[in-house]
Amino acid sequence: MTWVFYLFTGVAFLASLLKSKEKTKKAMIKAWRAFENILPQFSAILLLIGIMLAGLTPQQISSLLGDQAGFWGVLLAIALGAITLMPGFVAFPLAAALLQNGAGTMQIAAFISSLMMVGIITMPMEIQYFGRKGAFLRNGLALVFSLIVAVVMGVVFR
Amino acid sequence: MNKVLALLKRYALFFVLLIVYAGLFVKTPEIGQTAMGITLKNVKEMLIVVPPIFLLLGLLDIWVERDTMMKYMGENSGIIGVVLAFLLGSMAAGPLYGSFPLAAMLLKKGSKFSNVYILLGAWSTTKIPLIMFEASSMGLEFMLVRLALNLVGIVAIALIIDKVLSKEEKAEIIEKAADL
Repeated sequence: MTWVFYLFTGVAFLASLLKSKEKTKKAMIKAWRAFENILPQFSAILLLIGIMLAGLTPQQISSLLGDQAGFWGVLLAIALGAITLMPGFVAFPLAAALLQNGAGTMQIAAFISSLMMVGIITMPMEIQYFGRKGAFLRNGLALVFSLIVAVVMGVVFR
Repeated sequence: MNKVLALLKRYALFFVLLIVYAGLFVKTPEIGQTAMGITLKNVKEMLIVVPPIFLLLGLLDIWVERDTMMKYMGENSGIIGVVLAFLLGSMAAGPLYGSFPLAAMLLKKGSKFSNVYILLGAWSTTKIPLIMFEASSMGLEFMLVRLALNLVGIVAIALIIDKVLSKEEKAEIIEKAADL
């Protein structure tokens, strides 16, 4: 699906090039500067992800979530989702397999929701753009929201 | 010399983590290798996802007038701004961190705070390829209920953040975005 984004940006880039070479060059310089600006945080986060997730592979997550039930299970699921980072095409099959092996819907919904919305590892980067308060607010609210989603999903899919 | 020092300082955290890595490799080679594997996978993902995001950001900055952005996503953009924010976020690709620089650019150009946070929310959970994949692995019902909850939750979170951040705090964030 990334190709749609490439296509969109590619068309915009070509249009820009046709209209003005000068301005397109400026845009490219801008793009590079914006990237270089965040590179210190970004490169550090890439290393951090490896170190943190080396102890939290999908297998370990499934063994942790597999036999944890009840409210504590939901909280654990939210915590695991908040500190891990994995693409959806890894997360959903994992979640589906967990459900089939007897994990609760509530725990799984909690994990998916916080995995997608909360990003503890990437917070240094978020702070860089949105400030400390903005970043903590968004992640904090997303944590609470994950709990709400978990409870509602638990009731609906009882 | 000063330049080298400045560079070292900017990348201090990076270098500290490199040392931690080296430690991991020496003490527990297995974990070190796993960590390296995960990092390399993420570097690869970054190399694929990030270039169009920053190029788009550059093009936006050069071509889109502040007035235009204000009209479509600014203070008085109303429901159009909300819909645009949802669409932009849902069409995106890649992990949430990719949305931060783009979101900051929108702020710089005069987009409303709540709309920018809606974009972040949509980018995190209502991406179209993602929800299609969710439906196929978790079932249509599971996806639909979660999607409905998310639509409400994303707007709620955006509005709360918009309310809680003070004018000064917002001005500070926009200022940061301006020297992006």
